[in-house]
Amino acid sequence: MSNSAENRERILERLYNAQQYGRDAYIPQKKVWNIKNQSKEKNIEEFTERMTAVRTEVFRTKGTEWVGELQKLVEERGQKNLLHAPATPTGKALAANWGKDSSCKLVTWKESIEEFKDELFDCDGAVTGCLGGIAESAAVILWPTEEEPRLMSIVPPLHVVVVEADSIYTSFQDAIKKLKWNKEMPTNALLISGPSKTADIELILQFGVHGPTDLIVFITE
Amino acid sequence: MASNEKFNFAQNVAEALADSQLRANFRFATDTLIQRRSTVFASPEETNFLRDVGSSMKKDVLANLPDLLEKFEAQCTKNGIVVHWAETAKDANEIILEILNENSAEKVVKGKSMASEEIHLNSYLEEHDKEVVETDFGEFIIQLCGEPPSHIIVPAVHKNRKQIAEVLAEHIEGMEYTEDVDIMLANVRSTLREHFKTADAGISGVNFGIAETGTLCLVENEGNGRMCTTVPPLHIALMGIEKLVENVEDIPAIYRLLCGSATGQRITTYFNMISGPRKKGERDGPKQVHLVLLDNGRSKIMNDPQLGDVLKCIRCGTCLNHCPVFTRIGGHAYGSTYPGPIGEILVPQIEGLDPKGAIASASTLCDACAEACPVRIPIPELIRRMRDESYGNADPSKVALSGYKRSCVESMVWRGWQWSQTSPVMNKMMLKGLALFGKWIPKVGPLKAWMSVRSKPQFGKNSLKDLVKKEGVRHE
Repeated sequence: MSNSAENRERILERLYNAQQYGRDAYIPQKKVWNIKNQSKEKNIEEFTERMTAVRTEVFRTKGTEWVGELQKLVEERGQKNLLHAPATPTGKALAANWGKDSSCKLVTWKESIEEFKDELFDCDGAVTGCLGGIAESAAVILWPTEEEPRLMSIVPPLHVVVVEADSIYTSFQDAIKKLKWNKEMPTNALLISGPSKTADIELILQFGVHGPTDLIVFITE
Repeated sequence: MASNEKFNFAQNVAEALADSQLRANFRFATDTLIQRRSTVFASPEETNFLRDVGSSMKKDVLANLPDLLEKFEAQCTKNGIVVHWAETAKDANEIILEILNENSAEKVVKGKSMASEEIHLNSYLEEHDKEVVETDFGEFIIQLCGEPPSHIIVPAVHKNRKQIAEVLAEHIEGMEYTEDVDIMLANVRSTLREHFKTADAGISGVNFGIAETGTLCLVENEGNGRMCTTVPPLHIALMGIEKLVENVEDIPAIYRLLCGSATGQRITTYFNMISGPRKKGERDGPKQVHLVLLDNGRSKIMNDPQLGDVLKCIRCGTCLNHCPVFTRIGGHAYGSTYPGPIGEILVPQIEGLDPKGAIASASTLCDACAEACPVRIPIPELIRRMRDESYGNADPSKVALSGYKRSCVESMVWRGWQWSQTSPVMNKMMLKGLALFGKWIPKVGPLKAWMSVRSKPQFGKNSLKDLVKKEGVRHE
């Protein structure tokens, strides 16, 4: 049976030993890719344009208006239920403003995945908040938490994200800096740029492979 | 290909060239991918700067590789990821099997991983009675047909829509032949969802490991990778030791280079950063995360600074698309996990020059790969080095089986050539000799092969040198 510790010794020894050949070689100064930050309006505009280009539906709303708009959208599409996290600000706003008689029922995540798995795979959609957005590469940043488990954004066919207009950063670089990712990373962090897709058949772009077939983003102020 | 037949590159190439459907499929795919890449990397100045960033970043990583690996290991361990070291493909397979057995895991869902292809993990696990399901759409198709990937990024690209439809109709229960891509996807989606739900473990590769934070980064569009690494209670990640970056700040540039080069996207649908197993209080995610660091010849490559450049590779596959040879023969002909230009310089180093050194002959040295490479690997230079090593006598600690092709006759011929080019008297005699007797050179050996598709070279009465002496150079 293979011994990991012995393998480790041998691999590292070889690598340290190899440095006598490679260390003297010319190593160019490391270059850095910087992107100049732009105004909030410009960020929102670029974010919306680029997200829409990969078939994400983006809406701009004020306060908790998004809840009503979302309700209309999911009812039109015949969604039966929507997973949400009532302990988060997004989930709280959703629950408080959701129509009692809506044909789409709000559900919550119970216990851990082992108990909730069957129900989760039957959910029609899920609503989450996020840590912010990125304009240059067009993505939302998710740091799943205890309240908002990571599978909420991948298993249900519809994913709805609510992003604060003020937390849309110009670039990925800027987001990393402002959010201090080098200090501490969560168990799982994600960038999501659109619905799941593939081009494995004749390079034809097709949406909705394993993850959500639809991604809706509400920018709120 | 994990085949026991003797590897015969010339025969593979001849067969591939004779298959016009295969050539059409590849030509279409590589043309499309090149075109898509050019939409992201539209500005040459910006692109070249970004490539400088990528190149210097990876060069830096390689210069400090052992230190960074130790740092990465320490950070991963701190985050609760169990780190294993595998010196060979066999070690990696055994380690992974052992982890699965310890957790009584029988069914495994897999995300796309070239490292796992390199060690032939699927066949090893299947031999040990594990059920392995590839979940990337392309990988799923070729697993159904029992074929290896033909391209690093789009593994089933050698098949067109009709061929894929046939495979699905044959293998998915209750599915009829249809060329409707939506129906094909919907069927595969529901089949694989069941597997995600019931799998005991998920295995994935790693696109970048961040040393500073102990984070595993996975780049994907489909979402199957996120399913594999989040739904099952056990996640095993397999990563080549060279796939590190030092800091989180390095990620935006290298990530853009990867997406842009591989598929012509600014960003993929998902960029998944995993920094540990499920914490107390969290309600999903794997309970255990294991990381297997794979050497399999890489540390040996580091013994040679020039050859070490191959380890800068981020596996974007753009050199394949830009290669005029790959475009015509496709990935399978190379008989190797990594085809195309990058394969030509990596595979002979991992598996030895005999027989895989032969694939380094599949290049016109046109430089298209080097011009596209996001981390500026001087691929043609390394291809020449590979060819050279087959006849050379390098330090065996650097290149396995160096000089296996060396023959006395050939050495003598080259010695003679050297003499004829360095001694003026010999040079004159050779030129005169060829002018007089050149047409009687017998059609044997290499000349016969050359002439099977070309006419015989004609020697002029006067050499170029004589003409220049007589007439001077006309500047027109």
